[in-house]
Amino acid sequence: MSVLFELERACTTGHARPATAADAVDGVLASHVAAPVGSDEVAAVVRVAAAHRLSLLARGSGTKLDWGNPPTSVDLVVDLSGMRGVLEHATGDLVARVEAGTPLAALQEALSGAGQRLPVDELVPGSTIGGLVATGLSGPCRMLHGAVRDLITGLTFVRADGVVARSGSKVVKNVAGYDLARLLTGSYGTLGIITEVIFRLRPLATHRRYVAATFDDERQLTAPLQAMLGSQVAPSALEVGRAQPAGPVTLVALVEGREAGVTVRAAGAARLLGGTVSETDTPPAGWATLPGTTTLKVSAGVGATPAVLAAVRELGAEHGCSPSVRGSAGVGVLYVGLGPEVAPGALAGLVVGLRGRLGALGGNAVVLRCPAEVKASLDVWGPVKGLELMRRVKAQFDPDRRLAPGRFVGGI
Amino acid sequence: MITRDLTGRLADALRRVVGDDALVTDPSELRTYECDGLSHLRVVPGLVVLARSSHDIQAVVATCAAAGVPFVARGSGTGLSGGALPRADGVLIVTSRMRDILDVDIANQRAVLEPGVTNLAVSRAGAPHGYYYAPDPSSQQVCSIGGNVAENSGGAHCLKYGFTTNHVTGLEIVTPAGEVVEIGAGAAADAPGYDLVGAFVGSEGTLGIATKVTVRLLRAPESIQTLLAAFADTDAAGGAVSSIIAAGVVPAAIEMMDALAISAAEAAVRCEYPAGAGAVLIVELDGPASDVAPALEEVEEHCRTHGAFEIRMAADDEERARIWKGRKSAFAAVGRISPDYIVQDGVVPRTTLPDVLREIARLSEQSGIDVANVFHAGDGNLHPLVLFDGAVEGEEERAEEVSARILELCLAHGGSITGEHGVGVDKAKSMPKMFSEDDLDTMQLLRCAFDPAGICNPGKVFPTPRLCGEVPGRRQGVHPLHEAGVAELF
Repeated sequence: MSVLFELERACTTGHARPATAADAVDGVLASHVAAPVGSDEVAAVVRVAAAHRLSLLARGSGTKLDWGNPPTSVDLVVDLSGMRGVLEHATGDLVARVEAGTPLAALQEALSGAGQRLPVDELVPGSTIGGLVATGLSGPCRMLHGAVRDLITGLTFVRADGVVARSGSKVVKNVAGYDLARLLTGSYGTLGIITEVIFRLRPLATHRRYVAATFDDERQLTAPLQAMLGSQVAPSALEVGRAQPAGPVTLVALVEGREAGVTVRAAGAARLLGGTVSETDTPPAGWATLPGTTTLKVSAGVGATPAVLAAVRELGAEHGCSPSVRGSAGVGVLYVGLGPEVAPGALAGLVVGLRGRLGALGGNAVVLRCPAEVKASLDVWGPVKGLELMRRVKAQFDPDRRLAPGRFVGGI
Repeated sequence: MITRDLTGRLADALRRVVGDDALVTDPSELRTYECDGLSHLRVVPGLVVLARSSHDIQAVVATCAAAGVPFVARGSGTGLSGGALPRADGVLIVTSRMRDILDVDIANQRAVLEPGVTNLAVSRAGAPHGYYYAPDPSSQQVCSIGGNVAENSGGAHCLKYGFTTNHVTGLEIVTPAGEVVEIGAGAAADAPGYDLVGAFVGSEGTLGIATKVTVRLLRAPESIQTLLAAFADTDAAGGAVSSIIAAGVVPAAIEMMDALAISAAEAAVRCEYPAGAGAVLIVELDGPASDVAPALEEVEEHCRTHGAFEIRMAADDEERARIWKGRKSAFAAVGRISPDYIVQDGVVPRTTLPDVLREIARLSEQSGIDVANVFHAGDGNLHPLVLFDGAVEGEEERAEEVSARILELCLAHGGSITGEHGVGVDKAKSMPKMFSEDDLDTMQLLRCAFDPAGICNPGKVFPTPRLCGEVPGRRQGVHPLHEAGVAELF
């Protein structure tokens, strides 16, 4: 019996087909595509893959397949885009259970009717819930509401051997059992295929105000940044942006809530930022987007933003490239963007240089996306604390190394 | 056999690595460690080590691992699920001597702590700078950060601020194989790789021992407002809770007490809650003054709409403390009205609270067993106190039956068996009611990755241990779970 036939049989509602060039993952050609519907069908597909020792990789809308390292092989793409739906929205409990293939935008649309939202920004347009969770991608609102991992109360996934497992629950407070949702969040599909996620929600803010100030260089940023971090303005987000490595730096505070409070707090933010301040009700250009076609994620202490900006400026000059920076100064996650013209040597120099500088600050730099040919000579993940323990976790969850092999840290 | 080994060879080996001063072998001294906050379960530990450093812990764990002897970590011993219940055939590693605050870094909003530091000491260290540590379990004056990490402790204010897991950014741990490993982002926001910190927090001491903890400090709120509202019954109070949440208000805490809990608190601490109240709500709002003031008005309005017959606002810290006094004393207070009681920790979806409370009342009526209700109404975390007199024939069994039925009720409403106290030994037998065999098996894959020999706090969380398969390249000691028969604990 052919693999394709077995995959078709496993997808009673969904379907299976031979892969085409369009199904390649970061330059690696796939053999088959299965599009199951529901956790049980995903499990049946994964059991077929297990029986035939196929390597497999989950795909939502395919917006972040080129993140991390290319997989060493992809025999089967498990296409979850047919699994879209809000299975449950308990409005009074501010909880929603969602299928992994649901686009984030569709979820937000469904929740908005009840005056609620998942307080996560859509950094990559078109992202599905599964992809969002698998990459642990959070945006500006993380400052007030927490990262994606902080908003998950329960998760269902299919193990490499085709067993369906659940952790957590649909109540917002629960400490029964290990928190596997956190383990799976940001695991890039290497521990299991996420099929359903339960989120805690927040009420939609009725009013929002973006307060922006621009500074000549990063040194001038230190005082207003610390003032904002230590203030009572309670911004939902505090974003920094710099289009040119030595150009002016913009700091934008987002203040949300009821009208009266927002007015008072926006005025407070304007005072603390100082200088020429502009206030708008709509997000400034580039808000909650990733810069560049090649993008680095730089994490450091929340107070280290000026130091990171200085490092990017100096290293850009040293390696003859022109990186832009955008990200969450209120959290300590900045994204460094480069255009398609960047030379591989310059990129490597920038990344290595940044890691050297960040090490002293307790930070790290990960290359989220870059041209596939550059990855062969560049360690996209960089040094990883606790790697040996991570390998042991992988060995337990996926002993045959069939889930997105090679995509994650240390070749996991 | 095992006992002789412990007091003999193992004690000698431990003495060599930690010194005489850190090792407890005297039987009467060992007895003082026989239980944690779940005091009806008692086991005298084989040996106790009072660790002074992560090096001590590493050396002790490595010694245990080499000998295949189980070990249990203990902070201040305030846990309510028996998570730190010792093993007679094992070593209890106590962290309460490790109380140094290693760093307070306000610019990066972090503090680095030894595991024995008390929860409240962290907030005290941040206070001069206007910062604090958000998770606030009721035992915060004495409970340790290491214990908080193990149990993923919450507190009244986790409705708005989340639990320990939302505030720990990095750990140094000693693995059950005796390795010292740093995990997590520490001072940074994120680190590449699996979220091992997220997996470790709340693992109830079964994946290793935290020897250094990095936590996030938060800016102390500008304004805190506390309101006490009295209602005729819990239905009316529950209705007020639902409409506050539905209106989009996010209070820092919403607590409820029913008539029996109020009368116990009154007897114990004279909290002077409004006379004749069938239920009281305590609602606390915090944040920028510009937002708290209108939200407080809104909350007051919702309470009145749902029939609150008296509302008090705390005008200052002293009045706030008085409002909280009754709530915080409630567990201890029921000791005044009942010789014995069982504390439950189930969680239900907030909107089902009125139904669940009615069903609890019916269970109480049918069985003749009183149940006092004190709970975190905002997040549906019930703390029914099931009252009984152990001296009365058959009453304890009936109380346990009521208690078990309440847990089933929580699960039937899609809830959880524990919101903050942990599974420990107390609720391990209930895990299969909440999770499938496959779910539990999957969780234990994580256990096997960290503790293939099953020597790290064995017998907790899971009703039956999974025997970990041979992992290539890793030596396996004798499996003590085979010999020791963990099943006898249940």
